[in-house]
Amino acid sequence: MQDAAEKPTITPEIVAEHGLKPDEYQRLLKILGREPSLTELGIFSVMWSEHCSYKSSRVWLKTLPTSGPKVIQGPGENAGVVDLGDGDCAVFKMESHNHPSYIEPFQGAATGVGGIMRDVFTMGARPVANLNALRFGAPEHPKTRQLVDGVVAGIAHYGNCTGVPTIGGETNFDAGYNNNILVNAMCVGLARADKIFYSAAKGVGLPVVYVGSKTGRDGIHGATMASAEFDDKSDEKRPTVQVGDPFTEKLLIEACLELMATDMIIAIQDMGAAGLTSSTSEMADKGGVGIELVLDHVPQREANMTAYEMMLSESQERMLMILKPGREPDAEKIFTKWGLDFAVIGKTTDTGRMIVTHKGKVEADLPVTVLANSAPMYERPYFHPVPPAPVLPEWVAAPNSLMSALRTMMGSPALASRRWIYQQYDHMVMGDTVGRPGGDAGIVRVHNTQKGIAATCDVTPRYVAADPEMGTKQAVVETWRNLCAVGADPIAITDNMNFANPERPEIMGQFVASVKGMGEACRVLDYPVVSGNVSLYNETNGIGIPPTPAIGGVGLVPDVAKIADIALKRDGDLLIVIGLERGWLGQSLYQGIIAGRFEGAPPPVDLADELKAGRLVRALIREGNVSAVHDCADGGLLVTVVEMALAGDIGVELYPYEGSLPPHAVWFGEDQGRYVLSVSPAQAEETLERARLLALPARVVGRVGGDSLVIRGDGDPFPLAGLRTLHEGWLPDYMAGLSAH
Amino acid sequence: MIKASVIVFPGSNCDRDVKVAIERITGYAPNMIWHGDASVPSSDLIVLPGGFSYGDYLRCGAMAAHSPIMKDVIAKAKAGTPVLGICNGFQVLCESGLLPGVLMRNRSLKFICKDVFLRVERDDTFFSRCYRKGEVIKVPIAHAEGNYFADTETLDRLEGEGRVALRYCDETGTVSDAASPNGAQRNIAGITDPTGRILGMMPHPERLYEAALGGTDGRRIFESAVISLTADAA
Repeated sequence: MQDAAEKPTITPEIVAEHGLKPDEYQRLLKILGREPSLTELGIFSVMWSEHCSYKSSRVWLKTLPTSGPKVIQGPGENAGVVDLGDGDCAVFKMESHNHPSYIEPFQGAATGVGGIMRDVFTMGARPVANLNALRFGAPEHPKTRQLVDGVVAGIAHYGNCTGVPTIGGETNFDAGYNNNILVNAMCVGLARADKIFYSAAKGVGLPVVYVGSKTGRDGIHGATMASAEFDDKSDEKRPTVQVGDPFTEKLLIEACLELMATDMIIAIQDMGAAGLTSSTSEMADKGGVGIELVLDHVPQREANMTAYEMMLSESQERMLMILKPGREPDAEKIFTKWGLDFAVIGKTTDTGRMIVTHKGKVEADLPVTVLANSAPMYERPYFHPVPPAPVLPEWVAAPNSLMSALRTMMGSPALASRRWIYQQYDHMVMGDTVGRPGGDAGIVRVHNTQKGIAATCDVTPRYVAADPEMGTKQAVVETWRNLCAVGADPIAITDNMNFANPERPEIMGQFVASVKGMGEACRVLDYPVVSGNVSLYNETNGIGIPPTPAIGGVGLVPDVAKIADIALKRDGDLLIVIGLERGWLGQSLYQGIIAGRFEGAPPPVDLADELKAGRLVRALIREGNVSAVHDCADGGLLVTVVEMALAGDIGVELYPYEGSLPPHAVWFGEDQGRYVLSVSPAQAEETLERARLLALPARVVGRVGGDSLVIRGDGDPFPLAGLRTLHEGWLPDYMAGLSAH
Repeated sequence: MIKASVIVFPGSNCDRDVKVAIERITGYAPNMIWHGDASVPSSDLIVLPGGFSYGDYLRCGAMAAHSPIMKDVIAKAKAGTPVLGICNGFQVLCESGLLPGVLMRNRSLKFICKDVFLRVERDDTFFSRCYRKGEVIKVPIAHAEGNYFADTETLDRLEGEGRVALRYCDETGTVSDAASPNGAQRNIAGITDPTGRILGMMPHPERLYEAALGGTDGRRIFESAVISLTADAA
């Protein structure tokens, strides 16, 4: 411990600055039986932060289904692992970098990508695909344009340089994110099932090795910042944002994978949130050992760093490893070749304590199990959200013409093309991208095989805001449907739970209902949760974000020669919609954009029907019976068809709707469980029959051909080129400042 | 037997991609040569791959141009070994003086990844003989610094000597400012040395060499090299 003379007094102000509540500090005093040193207080403050401890969410997350025949590793490690057959496995996770990205969009987003990639290659996987789920404020909000520009550039900077393709994602604009944007990054890696690396430091007297970048003063208290709400002074938190170097990350990936091909590693863990503190205590705890660190050996970027600063730094591109004793020189050669720092900074012990020394002084001496497991767990009070009543189709006014409503919608911020974003991401590097961005799910080949990994991320926040349980169920199902629509067998999900302040019972209620909906969908679809991240306190001055449980879904394509995309290809094909049509306009984009407000219950999900429809669509794709597939989502059936026409640059003639629902509700309703298929006339009858055998409604809605969109009975045709201008124009014009919103 | 060597710089990230493409197309796996090595083994073809060598620090390709291996690459290129520089490799060729000009930041100031159309300007050089002059091909770009720039005198000399290999164009082959994704002068996407045996190009032919990836137009760069090498040997 420090000398009494220079021992700082831990005042209530210092405790508050560390994000600990008074009762939490009392808990710490009781556990330690003494006053902590400042370094120890810092260590506990990050370990007990919401970001690291999941103290508000853990009791609920435990209820999720996390196992299954294809799950090799569920939540609890750096990332989840699922079986792809033949000894291949996919390693994946999604993680938020919301708070830093709002404060410094370029570096915040870039380091978000870097962090999630490290979580994946830490486990022995080569990252093969990145995705991202972004939520920005309203286009007319003064900060939105600059935030979009910075976040997208930051993601591009990091992903492109490391040479990992960004194959998908989603972007929303909503005033609910004006002061709290969301940046959720997902990474999928590929590993061999017999070469997965874990973080348990099993064994005593083993060298603790630090590799990667040097430690600087950046990101100190990043985890604590990410566990607090914003106020008017949040810009002052800029120094807590880390700075990323994707070049070093690329070298680190190559060096780590080279080392992992040997047998020198016992355990490995990246230094993410809470840096050295979190990585050392978790590794020691999982291994059931103690750990001694000599901070003088830590490679340092700046002069005169204190133990406090080194333990709490969130400098990027660093890893911690436990090596087999005696192998340090061989391992060091690999890192030296790649120009990276390599330092033995300590050893494992049998004391069960984490002892940190610096300049000959003990700066922290704490029991490992206490450090890793003593965070408070809260069952925070919550209110059950009450979902609104459904809106009947006829309550929502019909448009003057379907075409005019469609044109407004296609050029709206909600539906406009995201090409301006994904074109800035290298989505082809690695030479295995067989499903590019812009469709339902991205696909990369498993290198040197005919198999593919499909991945997507989805959530519709307005559905979740209206009914967190049903909305989250819908989010899970939408990822599942997007995977089916490209011909993949869905395997498992990762979740990124973005919510406001859980200390407010209505927010905690959203979270609880959301987890319930997710759990139910995952159980019925046999689609477990294998990794995830919770980001709470996304609020500013008491105004929270819409609840946003982003879901990342991963599936296996058995043969990449048998996949589908959304682009129409064949003149004369018939378009068939399968799935029940109810004309559900509540919370639909039509309701919001054309009728001017979002109201009522979101569209309900029927999990049994989803299973049937998904299986049928996958079978049809593999039999080669469909030339294009797209699931019906935002905007409904008409928007789905137009997206297919635009992707294939072929027109469509749509037949009049002759059922009993209001036509605008059929064309714009957002009923779930539906897909549009493009099939040859010769196969149309058989396709309809196969749907009917499963008791799934199916009907022909139109015919492919020409260069216009024709909606029979709705006035003149409209050229596809005109729709393309509307659809492609909005985002580039907005970013160039040509349109205010 | 084709002996190709792919140079691997720290930060190269298309080294594996071009290795795979060459192996699939020629049937022979290239040597992967570390930038720190003093010499390239005797090769039929040297490839400088795409990526972010040295993190694009200083200037794209500038530090790689001074890597230990580049002395030998330059010597072998000058002695007649064919060299293909793709994307960052093109930047390295310019920085090392094997090709004139410089690749500046795209005029949009953004990284751009998409398929573009290219007009093939020569069909009688080492890397182009499997194409037809004037043919329009589809090959992707993925760069933030692909805006080719040289002074007018140099550009006129390149044109006069028939060293403009590829130009950005639209689907019909029309070369226009609108068809240039990055603002390159005279829509230049690729140039050669006076012998035509050193080619630098921003687009990535290795990314569209098989139908599963969305096209095969990039393939013939490598097939041309194979045929040219056979002709060399004959």
